[in-house]
Amino acid sequence: MKLAIGFAVTALLVVGLIAVARSDEGSNLAKHTVGNEKSGYVYASPDTRAMQDDDFSNPGFLWIERGKTLWNTPYGAAGKSCATCHGAAATSMKGVGAKYPVFDAAQGKVIDIEQRINLERTTRMGAAPFPWESRDLLAMTAYVKLQSRGMPVAVTTSGPAKVFWLEGKRFYDTRRGQLDMSCEQCHVQNNNNKLRSNTLSQGQINGFPTYRLKWQSLGSVQRRFRGCNKKVRAEPLPYGSQEYVDLELYVASLGQGLPVETPAVRQ
Amino acid sequence: MPNPIQNVETRLRVPSTATKGEIIEIKTLISHPMYSGFTKDSAGKTIPRDIINTFAVTYNGRPVFKMTLQPAISANPFIAFSVVADQTGTFDFTWTDDNGAAYKDQAQITVS
Repeated sequence: MKLAIGFAVTALLVVGLIAVARSDEGSNLAKHTVGNEKSGYVYASPDTRAMQDDDFSNPGFLWIERGKTLWNTPYGAAGKSCATCHGAAATSMKGVGAKYPVFDAAQGKVIDIEQRINLERTTRMGAAPFPWESRDLLAMTAYVKLQSRGMPVAVTTSGPAKVFWLEGKRFYDTRRGQLDMSCEQCHVQNNNNKLRSNTLSQGQINGFPTYRLKWQSLGSVQRRFRGCNKKVRAEPLPYGSQEYVDLELYVASLGQGLPVETPAVRQ
Repeated sequence: MPNPIQNVETRLRVPSTATKGEIIEIKTLISHPMYSGFTKDSAGKTIPRDIINTFAVTYNGRPVFKMTLQPAISANPFIAFSVVADQTGTFDFTWTDDNGAAYKDQAQITVS
């Protein structure tokens, strides 16, 4: 069924996008490569890349539209919207998404954008947090991160964030699951090799939240981590677990300098 | 399952101007889960089929494009087609789903 859906998507897209595809490809790919770091964009098919490059055909923008609405809608007991304090997202949120996850002194730990949004909701707006992976949380996350699109990923791995970064690295290098494999074995040692018909990417996360054609939806980086964990037949951790936030920080640091691509489109 | 589908967003790309007789490309996108009727929810219950089954476009009231959609089409269908721009006026877009909900959008074009 999934396969059939996949073919249908491809067929439909090819019809629509054949005209926009395959334009100045080389220079475009260079923009998504920094030194040895390659964004998942480089590994995506030309059709998928064309879909991402055109803001109209990029389905991630359905969430962006929702995020824009949410930004200006008052919620909770305080009767405030995001815009009440932050004004226009295009200026106040510019560059913010490129720095996350960050160490938060009040929490005493590294937090990601999703957690920041929900902290703002609970502590300042008197509103209920958005559930993980809900349409609204994805929309807000993507809308905030969109304001940094094209800017280089710049996470801080030193100072108080160091211990969390090291935890992330430990998770990345630790073999797990029935297949007894670590993130590092696929995405570093076997990067560019084939896993069945797919080329193993570096597992960069500069495009998250990402619209995956397989999901037919936007999804968070933690959803992707859970998927990877399941693939090696390990028990996936719950959304928002500190291990995954640390891992987000570590993986983001592997793509330091790559442009933020939110909302990216991947297969 | 929300019934009818909540928060449906539509996006259109129609050129705002065209010369008479020009072939223009129109692109449309709608957020819709396109439940095929073969999937199950987390409780194991079958999600009833609810897809956009018809997409129709009129140009100043004249039908110019109509499409029947099938369950194998993915969520958030993207549809692009071409039209000859021959008069200034309005394009009306209607997506209809299995629950009978009609989602509508509109775009203007000036033809000179």
